[in-house]
Amino acid sequence: MADLETPAERRRLFTLLSPAYLWLTVAVFLPLSAMLFFSFLTDMPQDAPDWGVTLGNYAEFLTNPTYATLLRKSLTLAFTVTGFCILIGYPCALVLAKSIKGRSREALFLMVILPFWSNSLVRIFSWAIVLRGNGVLERAVNWLLPFDVRLNLMFTTDAVVIGLVHSYLPYVILTSYLALQAVDDDLIDAARSMGASKLTILRRILLPLSLPGLLAGAVLVFVPVVGSFMEPRILGGRMGTYYGTVIEDQFVAVYNWPLGAALSFILLAVVIAILAAASPVLKRAQT
Amino acid sequence: MTRSPLVLLGRIWLALILVFLYAPILVMAAMSFNASPFYQLPFEFSTTWYAKMAGNQQIITAAIRSVLIACATTVVATVLGTAASVALFRYDFPGKRILQVLLFPPIAIPWLITGTAMLVFFFAVGIGRGTPAVLIGHVALALPYVIVTVSARLSSFDVTLEEAARSMGADAWTVLRRVTLPWIAPGVVAGALFAFAVSFDQFVVSYFLSEPGDSTLPVLIYTAIRKGFTPEINAISTIIVTVSMAVMFLATRYSKFGGSR
Repeated sequence: MADLETPAERRRLFTLLSPAYLWLTVAVFLPLSAMLFFSFLTDMPQDAPDWGVTLGNYAEFLTNPTYATLLRKSLTLAFTVTGFCILIGYPCALVLAKSIKGRSREALFLMVILPFWSNSLVRIFSWAIVLRGNGVLERAVNWLLPFDVRLNLMFTTDAVVIGLVHSYLPYVILTSYLALQAVDDDLIDAARSMGASKLTILRRILLPLSLPGLLAGAVLVFVPVVGSFMEPRILGGRMGTYYGTVIEDQFVAVYNWPLGAALSFILLAVVIAILAAASPVLKRAQT
Repeated sequence: MTRSPLVLLGRIWLALILVFLYAPILVMAAMSFNASPFYQLPFEFSTTWYAKMAGNQQIITAAIRSVLIACATTVVATVLGTAASVALFRYDFPGKRILQVLLFPPIAIPWLITGTAMLVFFFAVGIGRGTPAVLIGHVALALPYVIVTVSARLSSFDVTLEEAARSMGADAWTVLRRVTLPWIAPGVVAGALFAFAVSFDQFVVSYFLSEPGDSTLPVLIYTAIRKGFTPEINAISTIIVTVSMAVMFLATRYSKFGGSR
């Protein structure tokens, strides 16, 4: 660790550090502050010279029940998607971390997380092709089953949930896997030698010890899903109006930026509340 | 070794998840080679859609813009991010913890909020919409990934190597160039690949910051899908998935992020 006694060292520290943080300030922190400011305005200053300060945008959220309803709808969607990701992803992480050994484990793990790094928009689009009426999925099901089924999944809430689970499942698998891998195998052997059943080992050892990882994954799924708008638009059709799509509309269709800014900030408050609620357990994960 | 039913069940579960993850992508790829414009079966092999795509000037322009923005983002974010990581590793100073925590908002806040905030701010200060705005946004989103990846590599760096070099008369910049940088090179390469992927795959922030008619590839695809999609979009989407998976495959080979331990 270099000390900062000399001015030369202090100058070097400043030279190395300031460009990155200056960039983050201009591109992230100032915009977030600016948006907070704009959420209290009647009009955008560049459009209307007679703009004023108001609480009206927040009052709009409170008085017009549409926004609260949509926020609840988005929160329900986020809970559903997170639940499915945990139910599907945690057993998968368990199998990868504790049942499969050696090189095949690495290869399989890489295969599981690889799609997650490919374009999320393109993956949602691929579901639109699979789910559309008389599409690949419907034909496959009809080929397997003797009777005729019409799934009609496209443009439903189910389609949105399927697309989002597909997008965010690797998060839960990644974090749970890393947490489960850190659990000492000797601990499991000791429990087994004392007669603990597989279920007891899972409930009393693996689950408690990997809970921070599982929760981190859940948060990583929940937060972006609350703010999702592209997935409901493509897969939800007319059912696809959510809190995120309303914010999108304020910025690209209705051009009521101050209202959009207020709605964004309410969403940010919800996100921060969720992160704060999860932080005691998440902190345990770091130590 | 005998295998219990539970182990077998686990393998089947894993296999089903892999099918779930890859099937839609493979279907999309297959359909890009299907002659029917309405995704009709039976499948009939054709490269028409790739030819049409190659002749679509809008797609080609957007693709070139996306690659250029991703390259520029990679260079800027990697240089700034690596410098910051080295500073965070080498020096202890008041407020360091806060600076490290500040890396998380760009990752943790939904891009919808970050993107709209950037739009509002860039309009207020006169940058407006367009490629410069997109570039500023992408670098900011990529920086935390670079810093986290390079810092992870640095944490295994033996500081006594630097001290040894110094004791033999190397000045600070020589130490950085000849000792520190070669050690962290794999982390830097991985960080650069992450930065490229973050920019190349970025949709939300680009969507709010690009000028209509001056958009990146994902934004163009989104607009096209909402207008009613054609297999041309399948073709370009298949190429995108292939490119980004290849980049990430390389990145995981260079870093320990999600890879072997």
